[in-house]
Amino acid sequence: MNYLNCTASIAALALGLTACSQPANEPTETTDTAATATIEYAPAPSREGLTAGFRDAGTAIWNMELLHEVPTPAGFNDPEAMWAPAVEMALHTAMEAGEEVARPPSPISFANTDIAFSGNRIVLGNWHGFNVFEAEGDAAPELILSVVCPGGQGDVSIRGNLVFRSVEDNRGRLGCSGVAIEGEVSAERFRGVQIFDISDVSAPRQVAAVQTCRGSHTHTLVPHPSDPNVLYIYNSATSGVRPAEELDICSDGEPDENPDTALYSIDIIRVALDAPEQAAIIERPRLFADSETGEIAGLSAGGAIAGQEREASTTDQCHDITVYPEAGLAAGACSGNGILIDIQDPEHPVRISETSDPNMVYWHAAIFNNDASKIVFTDEWGGGIAARCQSGDPEHWGANIVADITADGLETRGFFKIPGEQTAVENCVAHNGGLVPVPGRDIMLQGWYSGGVSMIDFTDSDNPVEIAFFDRGPVDADELYLAGNWAAYWYNGRVYAPEIVRGLDIFRLLPSAHLSANEIAAAEAIQFDESNPQTQQRYVWPEEAVVVQAYLDQLVRAGRVAPAMAAQLRTAIDGGEASAMLTSNLAAARTAASGRDIERFQAISDWLQRAG
Amino acid sequence: MKFDRMRLVPALAITALLCSATTAAQPAPAAPIMQPGAPGTPSREITAEQSLELGRSHYTPADARFMQHMIVHHGQAVEMGALIEARTTNHGVRLLGQRIALSQAAEIDMMRTWLSRRGEPNGMPEHGGHHMAAAGSMPSTTPLMPGMLSPAQMTELAAAEGRQFDQFFLTGMIEHHQGAIGMVEALLAEPGGGEDPEISEFLNAIIADQSTEILRMRTMLAEIG
Repeated sequence: MNYLNCTASIAALALGLTACSQPANEPTETTDTAATATIEYAPAPSREGLTAGFRDAGTAIWNMELLHEVPTPAGFNDPEAMWAPAVEMALHTAMEAGEEVARPPSPISFANTDIAFSGNRIVLGNWHGFNVFEAEGDAAPELILSVVCPGGQGDVSIRGNLVFRSVEDNRGRLGCSGVAIEGEVSAERFRGVQIFDISDVSAPRQVAAVQTCRGSHTHTLVPHPSDPNVLYIYNSATSGVRPAEELDICSDGEPDENPDTALYSIDIIRVALDAPEQAAIIERPRLFADSETGEIAGLSAGGAIAGQEREASTTDQCHDITVYPEAGLAAGACSGNGILIDIQDPEHPVRISETSDPNMVYWHAAIFNNDASKIVFTDEWGGGIAARCQSGDPEHWGANIVADITADGLETRGFFKIPGEQTAVENCVAHNGGLVPVPGRDIMLQGWYSGGVSMIDFTDSDNPVEIAFFDRGPVDADELYLAGNWAAYWYNGRVYAPEIVRGLDIFRLLPSAHLSANEIAAAEAIQFDESNPQTQQRYVWPEEAVVVQAYLDQLVRAGRVAPAMAAQLRTAIDGGEASAMLTSNLAAARTAASGRDIERFQAISDWLQRAG
Repeated sequence: MKFDRMRLVPALAITALLCSATTAAQPAPAAPIMQPGAPGTPSREITAEQSLELGRSHYTPADARFMQHMIVHHGQAVEMGALIEARTTNHGVRLLGQRIALSQAAEIDMMRTWLSRRGEPNGMPEHGGHHMAAAGSMPSTTPLMPGMLSPAQMTELAAAEGRQFDQFFLTGMIEHHQGAIGMVEALLAEPGGGEDPEISEFLNAIIADQSTEILRMRTMLAEIG
C-alpha cells in the first residue's frame, strides 16, 4: 500500500504550502457550527504541483479515501498505444532512414469510458469493448469477463444479463473484427447500439446490433411505465450522417432542404427483454422543433428573441439524456441547449422547456436532484481532450450550470468549476457525474478527466460549492496524454470513478465539516439492485434514526438549532422519546423554518411522533 | 531540427516504467477475453496480444494533412481575435472573440503536438504560405483555404472600427467556421479518413464548438442590424 503513503505525504506537503483554500462563496446552509466545532477537519489542500506519473503520480485528496485502484485489464492496456507519442518518436528515426514502418496506434483506442452497475457487478466501458468485474464488500473487484469490440466510445448500460453499448467511431464493425474497410460505404460497418448477453460469462454473445444514422455517442435506458418486459433506449448521436447507400433510413442536410434529415432528432429503440434480438428503432422524434410553428430546427442558442427570424439551429443533436422515470421527466444536454422533456409516454417524448447561456459552448450532460426541482448541466468546452482548468481559464466556461425547474420552465442559476489549479498537460473540463443520496441536500459527484473527482453541494442553486475531491497528477510532466476520471458515481455506499488509462478508482467518503458521519450513513442506507447513472431512480430513505440524525446535523450546521436543544434531540431520536417541552419547541422551530429546513424539522417531528 | 522536442531521456524513463507496469509481455488474463461475432453468432476466446492487435488503428496521410491545414485555418481565427481589443467595445463580440481565440489557440497546440508526436511536419508543405510572402504588393483576394478571409479581407477588417468592425468580424468568422466544418466533411469523405479515434473525437469537437458559435454569431449579427 505504498500508494497511500504517497497520498499522505503529498497531502501533508500541500497542506503545509497552502493555509486554506476554502471556497469563498460558501452557502450559509453549510457554514460550520457547533456540531463540528469539537473536531478539527483539514482544510482543502491545493491541487497544484502534483507530480507526474502513470502508476505513481502525486495525489491530493480531501474528505474521501481511495480504497482501490483497479488497473485496466490485460488486452485493454497497450503500452504501445498508451505511450504512442514516445514510441512514434523512436519510429520516426527509422522512417527518416527510409525504413518501412507501420504507423503507430492511437492512444485513445483503449480508453476506459463510462460505467454501469448490476448487483455486485461493475461494467466498465472502453473504446475497445467492455470489462465486467465482481466486487464483494470492500474487497478489490475481480475481473470476470473482457469483451473486445473495437469502436468508441463504448458508453455502457446493463439490465440483468444484457449489456448495451454505444459505437460511434467509423471503425466499428458488425462482427467486432476491427478489420479495414475499403471505401466510404460498407455492409460491415457498425455504428449504433449493440446488445450483448452475458448470462454465461464464458460464452457472451452479441444478440443485436441496431444501426443508426449518426452512430451512438451515448444512450440511456428508459423503462416502460408498466410492462417490465419492455425497455426503451434513447440514443444520442453526435457525428455526421451516414450515406443512404450504407443505411437506407439516413439522409443528410438542413431541414428546410430535406425534411427527412437524420439531423435534429434522437433515436428511440424498443427492446423486448425476452426477444432482444428484435430490438429496433421505433421513433426518431423531432425534439428540437419549434413548439408553435413545428419548424424542425426550432431551437436557438440565443433563445427566442422578439422580432427576429429564427436561424437554422445548431441544436441538431443531444449529447446525453438523463431520464428520471419516476418524475416522468428527462433532461437533454443537447449541444446548443439544455432541454426539459416530458417522458410519461416514453415512445413520444415532448419538450417542455429549453434554456441556453452564453457561457455554455456545448451542453454535454445533465443530472436531476432527487425531488426533480433542478438540473445540473455540464459544458464540455474543448471536448475533453484539452486542458481547460488552468488558472487563466474563465471559471464559467467548461463548468456546471444549475437550472431550477420553475412553473415557467428552466431558469439558469449558479455555476461551478473546480479551481484553476490544473496544468497545461492535464485534459480537464466538467464531465459525467451523478447524485449522492444524502437526505435534505443536493449533492453530486463528478469526474473532471485529469482534474480528478469532485463532490459538489448544489442545495443553494446560486452557489454550488465543492465539499470533497480527489486529484491525481498528470501522466507525464511535459506532454499532454489523454487521461483522468471519465465520471464519478455513487453506487451502494461507494464512489466509482473510471479512469481513462489507469482503470477504475474506488473511494469511500469521510466525515468532514461539510458532511457528517450520519449523512454518509444515511446515503449508504440507499441500496439499489441495479444502476445506470443516466437513468435516475428516486431515493426514498428508510425510517432509520441515522437518517433523522442526518437532518439534525444539517440544522445544527446551519445554526438553526442551538447546541443544548440539539443534544436533547439527539437523545430523543435515538431513545424514541421526547418531552412535551422538546416537542413543543420543535413545533415552534418547524413553524418558523423556511426552505429545506421545513423538510428537516418535519422529518424529526415525524420520527418522534412515530416513536412516541 | 524539427524534432528538438523529442526528449530521449523521458522516453527511456517511460520505457522503464512500462516494464514494471506491464511486466514485459502481457500477463495471463484473470478472466477470459472474448471477441463476439456478428449478432447471433458465437464469440471466440482470444489472447491479450490478439486483443491489442485488434485495437490498433492507424491514421491516414489525409488525417495528417487535415491537421496541418487546420493549424493554418485556426491561426487566422486567432489573428482575427487579436484585433478585437483595440477595435470594438461591444461586450458580446469581445466575449465571443476571447473564447474563439482561446479555444483555437489551444487546439492549435493540440494539433501541433499530434503532428510532431507522429513525426509529421507541422507546416503546410504544399502551400508554404506563399500568399503572405509578397510583402509590399497588393494583398491577394484569394483565400488560402475554404472560409478563410483573403489577405485583402484581413486588411479591410484590421482597418475597421466599432459597429463596422463587429459586422466584418462576425460575417468573416461565420464563413471561417463554416469553412472548418467543410474541411471536416471533406476528410470524412476520404477513404479511411477520420477513423483514428483521436481524430474522430477532434472532428466532433470542431463541429460541435464551431456550429454552436456560428449560431451565436448569427444572432449577434442580427442584433447589430
